[in-house]
Amino acid sequence: MSDRRSAQLLLVAPALAMVLALFVYPLELSLVSAFTTKDGEPSFDNFTKALELYGTDIVFTFVIVTVSTLLIGLFAAAIGGYLVLGAHPVAVSVLKNLYRWPLFIPFIVAAQCMRTFLAKNGIMNNTLATIGLVDVGSVSGLLDWRGIIVTFVWKQTPFVALLVSGAMAALDRATVEAAANLGASGMRILIEILLPQVAGVMLVGLILAFVTMLSVLSVPIMISGGSPTMITVDMAFRVNSYSDYGVANALGFVSYAIAGLGAWVYLRRSVASDGAP
Amino acid sequence: MRAAFGWVLRGSLLGGLAFVIFGPLANLVLWAVAIQWYYPHKLPLTWGFKYWGEVFKPTGDSIAALGTSVLIACITVVVCLLLAVPAGCALGRKRLPGRPLILLILLLPQAFPNLPVYFNIARQFYMVGLNGTIAGVVLVHAAHGLVIAVCIAAAAFAAIDPELELAARNIGASAGRTVLTVTLPLAMPGVTASAIFVFLESLDEFTGTYFVGVPDVTTLPLVMFTASLAGNYQIAAITALVLLVPSIGFMLLIERFLKAETLAKIG
Repeated sequence: MSDRRSAQLLLVAPALAMVLALFVYPLELSLVSAFTTKDGEPSFDNFTKALELYGTDIVFTFVIVTVSTLLIGLFAAAIGGYLVLGAHPVAVSVLKNLYRWPLFIPFIVAAQCMRTFLAKNGIMNNTLATIGLVDVGSVSGLLDWRGIIVTFVWKQTPFVALLVSGAMAALDRATVEAAANLGASGMRILIEILLPQVAGVMLVGLILAFVTMLSVLSVPIMISGGSPTMITVDMAFRVNSYSDYGVANALGFVSYAIAGLGAWVYLRRSVASDGAP
Repeated sequence: MRAAFGWVLRGSLLGGLAFVIFGPLANLVLWAVAIQWYYPHKLPLTWGFKYWGEVFKPTGDSIAALGTSVLIACITVVVCLLLAVPAGCALGRKRLPGRPLILLILLLPQAFPNLPVYFNIARQFYMVGLNGTIAGVVLVHAAHGLVIAVCIAAAAFAAIDPELELAARNIGASAGRTVLTVTLPLAMPGVTASAIFVFLESLDEFTGTYFVGVPDVTTLPLVMFTASLAGNYQIAAITALVLLVPSIGFMLLIERFLKAETLAKIG
């Protein structure tokens, strides 16, 4: 029996070695580099410098990613809720075929789409102008931190909505029907019956979306060139222009810290439930 | 009267959503067929496929980058499956010692931002001569795709009824033959899904390639990025459309391959 167990371990070993060598080891290097000077002395200098130069960007990153996550959660709940509760089969089917389009579109392509769509002369402003809502001459487009949020929400909502609607569809319909028979509105059924039961799945989806957004480089560079921007851009700049790995890794540590609470919840739930959310 | 109002409301909400989803894509398509377009003109001044010729010129950078991208994605799929299928097989059966810890380590890359890890890998690769090589980029893509591949494979193996394998053994099949003729064919849909996923992730990957591949390895996303920042929106739009084809195709087919619950592991 113990032979079979070690054979099983042998099967996992190569994959494990890969993650240890190409994720855990560089992660450790990054942590060490953040807390040491160029000569290898332990210090907080990198953090002082990072806060001094990029303090505003750290706040911006946190705000952008948090606001995006909240909006993604809101839209995913609305889409999932309508797909499960919607009374009109045609509208449900249209929504079902509509919301998923951005699911696998790469961030970099989403960024290029939005770079033109949200620009001063993009389709968004021109359409709003055609129906008389804005005057293109006087508006400036959304290519700043707002554009980053729009791109993130556009790209990440389908993923969370797919998870949430899948989980909602798998629930027992009896409670929903009982509530509907007692006269509860769709909104009330969504908030009081459906959402509490899929909260775990929703949480995992939102955490994965949150962590992914903290790591995207193309969207902030392509949507909002100027300052303030996200710390991913600052990290790339420190590394490429100054080979300053100390400050870059200090910013990296900040991004781990922002992701930390979510990461802990995600890992605990995933390991406890055996890899499933 | 109320019903009519309901349809107006539903229609305008769905119409609004369609505008938000397809508007950005439409803008991309417009740029792909525009030759001249500048403010304040709402539509391109001259239209045509002039830039398509430039992008698809057999000797051009974009075609070379497309070749590199596909090559990297194919090797990445092979590397990932070689690692993920055995690991998924072991993880799918619950007998593995130290399973929670192994699972924890394998899931770590999903739980923390990858970007700082990439430039630290690049720094290490630089010292051993892997920076700017296809092998280096493949390693980074494979490490990224591995997590998803292992999770999908593990789910596929866990879903196999052990009685089927026992039956094969009972009528005299060897352990190896059982794996090859019973276990693997049953896990095939999951393994195929992993392969498609890893291929797409590698094809679309930007951040890792940006740190590890540049300037010697140029993939299609890097060509797109460079063109966009240089203001060559036509080139950027056409290369973006090329990247869109497999993404949209997989989105339309996703439910044939995966259930929503399996997707949860993908992020």
